Amino acid sequence: MFAAIASLGAIGLLAALALGFAAKKFAVEVDPRELAILEILPGANCGACGYPGCSGYAKMVVNGDKIAATCPPGGAMVMGKIANIMGFAPVEIDPQVAVVMCQGDNQKSKEKYHYLGLADCQAAQKVADGPKQCPGGCLGLGTCERTCPFGAIEMTEEGLAVISRKKCTGCGKCVEACPRDVIHMTPLDATTHVLCNSHDRGVLVRKYCDIGCIACQICTKQVPDAYRVEDSLATVVYEYYDEAPEAVDKCPTKCIRDFTEGYPEGSSFADISVPVKRGRRAA
Amino acid sequence: MSDQLYLSSSPHIHSGETTDKVMRAVIYSLLPACGVAIYFFGLPALMLLLVCTVGAVAFEALCAKLFHSKLAIADGSAALTGILLALNLPPSAPWWLALLGAAIAIIVGKQVYGGLGYNPFNPALVARVVLLISFPVQMTSWSAPAPLGSGVDALTTATPLGEWKTAVMLTGKLPEGMASGFGSYFVGNMAGCIGEVSAIALLLGALYLFWKRIITWQIPVSFIGTVVVVGGLFWLSDATRYPDPLFHLLTGGLILGAFFMATDMVTSPVTGRGMLVYGFGCGLVTVLIRLFGGYPEGVSFAILLMNAATPLIDRYTRPRVFGTVAEVER
Amino acid sequence: MARLKTFPGGLHPPDNKAWTAAKAIEICPLPEELIIPLSQHIGAPAEACVAVGDKVKKGQVVGRAKGFVSVPVHASTSGEVTAIEPRPHASGRNLPAVVIAPDGEDEWVDDLAAADPEALSVEEIKDRLRDAGIVGMGGATFPAHVKLSPPGEKPIDTLILNGVECEPYLTADHRLMLETPGKVRQGIEILRKVLAVDNIYLGIEANKPDAIAQMREECAGSDIKVEALEVKYPQGAEKQLILALTGREVPSGGLPMDVGVVVQNVGTAAAIADAVTLGQPLIERICTVTGSGVNEPKNLRVRVGTPLAHLVEQCGGLDGEPSKLIMGGPMMGMAQLTLDVPATRGTSGLLIFRRGDIKVREPGPCIRCGRCVSACPAGLLPTTIAAYARLSMFDETEEFKAMDCIECGCCSFSCPSLIPLVQTLRYAKGAILEKRRKMQ
Repeated sequence: MFAAIASLGAIGLLAALALGFAAKKFAVEVDPRELAILEILPGANCGACGYPGCSGYAKMVVNGDKIAATCPPGGAMVMGKIANIMGFAPVEIDPQVAVVMCQGDNQKSKEKYHYLGLADCQAAQKVADGPKQCPGGCLGLGTCERTCPFGAIEMTEEGLAVISRKKCTGCGKCVEACPRDVIHMTPLDATTHVLCNSHDRGVLVRKYCDIGCIACQICTKQVPDAYRVEDSLATVVYEYYDEAPEAVDKCPTKCIRDFTEGYPEGSSFADISVPVKRGRRAA
Repeated sequence: MSDQLYLSSSPHIHSGETTDKVMRAVIYSLLPACGVAIYFFGLPALMLLLVCTVGAVAFEALCAKLFHSKLAIADGSAALTGILLALNLPPSAPWWLALLGAAIAIIVGKQVYGGLGYNPFNPALVARVVLLISFPVQMTSWSAPAPLGSGVDALTTATPLGEWKTAVMLTGKLPEGMASGFGSYFVGNMAGCIGEVSAIALLLGALYLFWKRIITWQIPVSFIGTVVVVGGLFWLSDATRYPDPLFHLLTGGLILGAFFMATDMVTSPVTGRGMLVYGFGCGLVTVLIRLFGGYPEGVSFAILLMNAATPLIDRYTRPRVFGTVAEVER
Repeated sequence: MARLKTFPGGLHPPDNKAWTAAKAIEICPLPEELIIPLSQHIGAPAEACVAVGDKVKKGQVVGRAKGFVSVPVHASTSGEVTAIEPRPHASGRNLPAVVIAPDGEDEWVDDLAAADPEALSVEEIKDRLRDAGIVGMGGATFPAHVKLSPPGEKPIDTLILNGVECEPYLTADHRLMLETPGKVRQGIEILRKVLAVDNIYLGIEANKPDAIAQMREECAGSDIKVEALEVKYPQGAEKQLILALTGREVPSGGLPMDVGVVVQNVGTAAAIADAVTLGQPLIERICTVTGSGVNEPKNLRVRVGTPLAHLVEQCGGLDGEPSKLIMGGPMMGMAQLTLDVPATRGTSGLLIFRRGDIKVREPGPCIRCGRCVSACPAGLLPTTIAAYARLSMFDETEEFKAMDCIECGCCSFSCPSLIPLVQTLRYAKGAILEKRRKMQ
């Protein structure tokens, strides 16, 4: 009994000594500011800054003579704190969120074929440019959902990606992952968007989508400053987004949406019904 | 027309062999063994088969509901696990033991890892071993076969392996008249788990699996071969103490294990070379447990141990990629 | 009987060649409109050099080659250019094409120059091949003149003619060897001269004994070795064919020329013969139109630019509603959106499945059965690579040699869980290439 206690104790002591010695001997010198910055950073290692992970970003800040890149998920608060630690001038950062510029789920937008295979947008896009007739619409196979480091993206039952305005940090990972460039970065304050990504002519859009932009120009006639119609697609001019809501009700296809009253969260997005006044649906 | 068309990446045809077909074929291949079990052990065997199979399917459905995963009982894998578990129980096992076994197999053996394809250990064997350790009395009370209609009451007895082990432990020698029973061993007229006793019924099922190309030769051949060779070497060294290879082969769960349990695709290596290594390991551990371990039978433990070694075996038996020199072990 | 030569791995899909194997090649009549895509080969697309309204003659260049790895495209009959615009293309997109309304005269361009290959220099022959738009007709459509110009440090000592046709359903090369063996032989002799090699193999799968006999008779007395190969898919894949015939293994990431071999399809050889001896450009090819969705499967001699719908018409039309249109064979062909797509130089077959022949089933989890591993002719672990790819662990997919995947389809074909393995591997390959591009 005593022998066992003594020998185990001795082994423990030896191991502790060895560990302690190794910790001293092989310690890596780290700038305390680097640790402090790492502490502040969101820690999602999303790579939005362009550096390998949060530690890479912290190293860059400490080793540089100015803040060479911003941390979009951290936002103004984190940037301010970093500036404080380093004694640099704070870097301005416009808070942004990603928005899926499409409402054409599988109920509203037509398929050009039935896709069989890997449930991934990038893979599906390689099969005859994706199964949707619309060349720009959301494919709904969830590549962005899987990519988002913050769990801010959800797929609706009807196969449409929806980004939570609360959870999105603006890192831009989804923008990179989407093979159809449906996701755009927009200013956080801008709550009115043209939710369409099709550059096809209006006649064509009408054929395959109930809720796409047909480039009728009504919005830009209504509020010339806030909308621009280019290449058969209307977009909000985000410098003048304050005026944009005025055209929402005028849009004949309801593809302009105003989320001033709050942005629809998660899959509840699909429940916001959009009455389609036109009685036709192309055969 | 085009919105009615299917498009996919190549290839555009498939062999038609699907997981549910594979599972169904294995179930069919076990039917002869089930039949023999019911013939020799009567209604208790039928009860065990029913409780285990229905229980396994029910627990699978329950898990699917709890974990909000897709109900996959149609693939037949749960039913197969249930049948394999039943075949690995002694005929006198009570119904609640079988039900508990089914729960352990499906929940602990399979679903906690994420369901079919993700379990590192053979679920039926996990359940058998858990039961064996937790309920040693119930799991090692054997009864002699009482063929249907023979009117004989089931007598409590020992398995041939158990008999041998006890004799060796007590006297250091083989029991008397041990070599007399090979005929009945082959047919299945001996004490043991309900599904392991009949070599002929199991071999019939195994032939079907080979014919359907569900299993390949590597695992059974290297498993049984190793048992025969290693067991044989010990027998040659001291025939008064160690049993002969035929005894090893026909008693206990070797044939059931080698053809139906060790070959479980999910928990065995994927390459031919890996399967040979795995089979060899199964055989070696089986013999060592039988001859030197505390339990008379070692097939279940051997397979579970080698299940654990499967990722390692896979790692070192990667096939040579076309156009590369043989991979240096990494 | 000696064992037939072959390669490790592979499998035996039902070949369904009996539908068309015994049917003589029929000439497909002129359609109302020919759509000549400017991109029919690997490499830079050609550049249109005619204008709408121009009268063109059969064999006239309508798109000029741009760069070394590129070939011109030609009018496949005489007529008027009615449009130069994006049209449906085999890739599933709309790509620029020259549209010709045939005038029915089918008049050849005047300056066709017949020549005796013996009298031409190697460079002259290669120029003729490029000008004739000769590309690999087995499906890869790689320009032949580039393949025949290996860099000096890669000496070529062996020529392999690929008459394997291991894709199920297809019988185009089979019929070609049966009906025009002389053309193939002539092409082989031209290739022999260009490459200056004497070690020549012609590999044919043993399921075409008549073609083997025919080619053996044609090559009797020469040193061309006509070899019967074991019937196994993908016997006709370049690297597998080289291994079976010569025992040489193209190194990982390498090309056939790394082991001193050039492989050409038998159809390409026949086209080379026409290009060099008659000066005729590559404007037609043999195409097998088959499948459950076609009333009367046939082998057709098809002009480049003929819409697929026209081919179907020649084969008694569609049998029932089609559910899948495939250009090429069922293992490696490309699914098509519409029959408006034109046949091109690489269209070895058109396969149409009827409604109900395509079963839609959800993929299940991998049960580690190892079938993909034993079927993989490249010696990969498809299921492992696919698992890493699904987790976006592309460094691991690279370590497991995803780039060595030849996309033959054996893994997906054999997977009991119906996992789209090839597509996942292709996806991983794309991601690896992207990663390498970024690193540079």
